[in-house]
Amino acid sequence: MKGSRQVASGATLLLLLCLAGSVFMLRRVERIRSGATLHEVLFISSPQAAKRLSLGYNGLMADIYWTRAVQYFGSHHAQGAQEYKLLAPLLDITTALDPHLTVAYEFGSTFLSTKPPNGAGEPEKAVKLVEYGIKNNPDDWHLYYNLGFIYYLELKDYKSAADAFRQGSQLPHAHPWLKILAARMSEHAGDLETARMMWSAAYQTSSDKQVKANAAAHLRALDVDETVPVLESIVDKYRKATGRVPSNFVDLVQAGALAAIPRDPSGRPYKIMPDGHVEVSNPDALPFIEKGTPPGYVAPKPKFSGSE
Amino acid sequence: MTSRIFYIARNTFREAVRDRVLYNLVAFALLMTGGAVLVGQVSIGIERLVVINLGLTAISLFGIVIAIFIGIGLVSKEIEKRTLYTILSRPVRRWEFVTGKFFGLSGTLVVNTFFMGLGIFAALLYVAHHFEKSDAWVLVAIYLIVLQFIIVTALTLFFSSFSSPLLSAVFAFSLFVIGTFSEDLRGFASVAHGLTGWLATGASYIVPNIAALNVISSVAHSQPIAGALVLYNTGYALLYSAMAVCGATLVFERRNLK
Repeated sequence: MKGSRQVASGATLLLLLCLAGSVFMLRRVERIRSGATLHEVLFISSPQAAKRLSLGYNGLMADIYWTRAVQYFGSHHAQGAQEYKLLAPLLDITTALDPHLTVAYEFGSTFLSTKPPNGAGEPEKAVKLVEYGIKNNPDDWHLYYNLGFIYYLELKDYKSAADAFRQGSQLPHAHPWLKILAARMSEHAGDLETARMMWSAAYQTSSDKQVKANAAAHLRALDVDETVPVLESIVDKYRKATGRVPSNFVDLVQAGALAAIPRDPSGRPYKIMPDGHVEVSNPDALPFIEKGTPPGYVAPKPKFSGSE
Repeated sequence: MTSRIFYIARNTFREAVRDRVLYNLVAFALLMTGGAVLVGQVSIGIERLVVINLGLTAISLFGIVIAIFIGIGLVSKEIEKRTLYTILSRPVRRWEFVTGKFFGLSGTLVVNTFFMGLGIFAALLYVAHHFEKSDAWVLVAIYLIVLQFIIVTALTLFFSSFSSPLLSAVFAFSLFVIGTFSEDLRGFASVAHGLTGWLATGASYIVPNIAALNVISSVAHSQPIAGALVLYNTGYALLYSAMAVCGATLVFERRNLK
């Protein structure tokens, strides 16, 4: 009995040591084989072949492929990748396996259409994906909304965007925003106000935290893009009147040109540069801004989380 | 102690041979001859590639099947035939029995693989009429396949120490399949957060990493295999197998055999 207990203790100790050792060895193996895993390997590239091989378990296979697409996008996004070669084929396989997996069209098209490093920068493929989704789910207004968004934001094809919003707005249970966006698109497509409406619609029509956070970040960026030129024109007026550039916004407040020191959406005060340009204090805190950044500013790697 | 383990291992090997396990070599020989001759006639320029791919894949699959189907009976057969009681009534400890069984089946697989390896080289000589320097990498691939067998044997032994033969086969085969996707599991773990991330990481280290032991495609294209990869894979396979054998010992020590 005592011997058996000794053997059990010895075996347990050895088991734990071997487990630790095997983890150590595996980490070494991984270091040598880094990049040899799923990242750039697609075992079955044909959607039809994947469907046949799923032996009728299409739904589960589609879920697995969708998860793989998300993993692929997530890991590349976190590294600030400029290329997402496997994203489109993974999404094609996912939607071929389950043409009613609308989440794959909604998020997949965003992943595909957005410019690198935030996405694959393949808006044409995103359009094809959503059109395939619409073909298989003609009553889902979200897909028309996604299609219109891609045409508006990435392809700047305002007519097609208006058509997509209009078609979507005619579906039962369509969100009222679609009608407004269709009308707006036809008349004032390039305006900042239209952009604001688009992102407000994105914020309000989605229940996903990530989408909401992204829309909120774009709305903050639009606010900055709208405010900076206004502030620069006030600075310019002051310069013309006094012959010098104000050293800060206190000068403008004291001159009665502004009621208070202006702050950006992150709560930090704007800065006046010696040449009269207006900049935000911390551009890293305001992703997507196009104005108010220092010359040669490069935005940091995007974060893949809804915490922004 | 060592001699007792050796005798059990030798008897396991003899028993496997008596069970006509090595008959698979005939099937392998037919497959290789057929493959080499047929491909030479119906395709262009891939004879060598096919011989290596087909040969190594066949070695791997035959070996895995043998490891599982012989492995599941290692313990249960001895209990069924009541020979286990005879063995354990002698001065043989249970852990020595488990370890001996593991070495016996591993030895069977090594001998089997040796002959199949000879078959591959014979087929290579037949299709190319000479050996190339890069053919030496085939030996490395065979070595790594043997490491796969050792892991699968240890896992099968572990499952057979507490489960029925059928369930042991299902568990071992499932774990082998999961092991071929273990790198995907680690890819998933690297992008998951919180508890899911921890669980996925833990699971990815517990399942065997079979994928890293498969270099068939690289070898078929004459790509060299890093020495460090062979070294660490060897360490990994031996430690992982030892862990599974320890698990089998622990279960078997506590098992009520009455």
